[in-house]
Amino acid sequence: MKNSSNTIEIISGNEACAMAALAAGMRFYAGYPITPSSEIAEYLSSRLPQYGGVFIQMEDEIASIGAIIGASLTGVKAMTATSGPGFSLMQENIGYALMAEIPCVIVNVMRGGPSTGLPTLPSQGDVMQARWGTHGDHQIIALTPNSVRESYDMTIRAFNLSELYRTPVILLLDEIIGHVNEKMTIPAAEEYTIHQRPRPASTENYLPYKITPSGVPPMADFGTGLRYHVTGLAHDETGFPTNNPDKIQELLLRLDRKITQNSDDIIEVEEYLLEDAEIAFVAYGSAARSSRHTIKLLRDSGIKAGMLRLKTLWPFAEKQIAHYSGHIKTWFVPELNLGQIAHEVEWAVRGRVPVFKFNKINGEPINPNELHQFVKETLHV
Amino acid sequence: MSFRYEVRLSGEGGQGLVLAGKILAEAAAIYDNLNATQSQSYGPEARGGASRSEVIISDDDIDYPKAVNIDLLLALTQESFDRYSTDVKPGGIVIVDEEVVKQAVPGNFRLLKIPVTQLAREKAGRALVANIVALGIIAGISKIVSENALKMAIGARVPRGTEELNNKAFQIGLDEARRLIKDKIIEKPGK
Repeated sequence: MKNSSNTIEIISGNEACAMAALAAGMRFYAGYPITPSSEIAEYLSSRLPQYGGVFIQMEDEIASIGAIIGASLTGVKAMTATSGPGFSLMQENIGYALMAEIPCVIVNVMRGGPSTGLPTLPSQGDVMQARWGTHGDHQIIALTPNSVRESYDMTIRAFNLSELYRTPVILLLDEIIGHVNEKMTIPAAEEYTIHQRPRPASTENYLPYKITPSGVPPMADFGTGLRYHVTGLAHDETGFPTNNPDKIQELLLRLDRKITQNSDDIIEVEEYLLEDAEIAFVAYGSAARSSRHTIKLLRDSGIKAGMLRLKTLWPFAEKQIAHYSGHIKTWFVPELNLGQIAHEVEWAVRGRVPVFKFNKINGEPINPNELHQFVKETLHV
Repeated sequence: MSFRYEVRLSGEGGQGLVLAGKILAEAAAIYDNLNATQSQSYGPEARGGASRSEVIISDDDIDYPKAVNIDLLLALTQESFDRYSTDVKPGGIVIVDEEVVKQAVPGNFRLLKIPVTQLAREKAGRALVANIVALGIIAGISKIVSENALKMAIGARVPRGTEELNNKAFQIGLDEARRLIKDKIIEKPGK
């Protein structure tokens, strides 16, 4: 496995994620290995030091996310990778990173749960945990690649969004996407753009949580001269805690606004054969691969099917789903969970057209033949 | 018209099926310049437990990376034969290790009973290389990947110092395939 540009390789989604993290400039990784994410740590443990970065195997996942938050405060791009049980442990500090606005990337390669569940088998059971796993009102960004190539591209995008909006970004792979090996041309550095967090232009009157039009305050690197207070408590522009209701409201609305007012930039979907489609899937991750094969089977039997594929899972593509509802007569939402995103789709559709769930939670992928059968039975054709 | 060829290699953990799948995918995708995906399903155990590795080979984009209608199944345990032979498409090929798969119930597929592990043990000297013997058989009876591509993929993937052993295992598999074709147990593969 080389990392020179434009070589063709057969690599897994996990390996692509690790390679892309290096390309994005990630130079600090702290993690605790867990199936099915371990290949990310394995790859980085040997490669990251060669890039002058730091790899630490921590004592657990709580410490891992603590370490990457600390590293990021010093100005380094930092990341951790885990699976369901470790993701649960990280929730409190994800909230801390949101509140203190510390960029970092958390990769969760989803396996079956709850608890230790199914270590080696696929699931999409953590999509709501990604949304609401940490407490309090907050916006979150979560991306869901559906191929090895997308694991690469979306890892870079996760770092970019994290830096641009000073927020933790969650990359949700499922076990199938993490472990599948696919042919991929490693992109050259000039094929993608790398963003850096906004930094203060001068050291005069630095306010670490200054209210700016973009909602994103410039961030000074710890250890470079500017001292400031970082806390998970509600704080004012100086970074010190406050109980002033106006300041509290101002902070929480700014944190909300910096994501919601940029949702058009953050939300990406793939519109696949939707122009003439009468029925369509809303799918993400490996379920979107199953759907794509099913669309071929459906079209072969004369049913005009398409897909709205969620590349950004959170914030949710409500506008896009609403736009197609009507033109699309029936939505189908196949997921490796009991319908976590289907409820979001129903909410976006607001009863205008029917939404059918197709769910699998037994550790097996969604077989396109059974999804095909389900759609035909549902439509009575 | 594009083609999609599905291979499932099944047995138990530790038999090298994931590695064999990866070699097959690399042979097709890198050395034969086709498209290929490889995926696996196994239990939490390091050894033992059901294990399967799937390779999809196509000249087009591969939408679903797992097997749907299997063209070729390798079953190295009775359990894997019992579980997976029904997923093979009509006219597909099922290779069983006849030493361990005692009850290979015939179905709507071509059944090949081959002592894969025994060949590895007795002719190559190590039962460990049964996975590579199997790749030789697959290369010989299907034309889905070229012999040369597989040879290069094996050389690039196996641990250093074991190239000779693995090349020998591959050749044993190829010879076995030639014997099956010569004895008219299976027809010579078309292009």
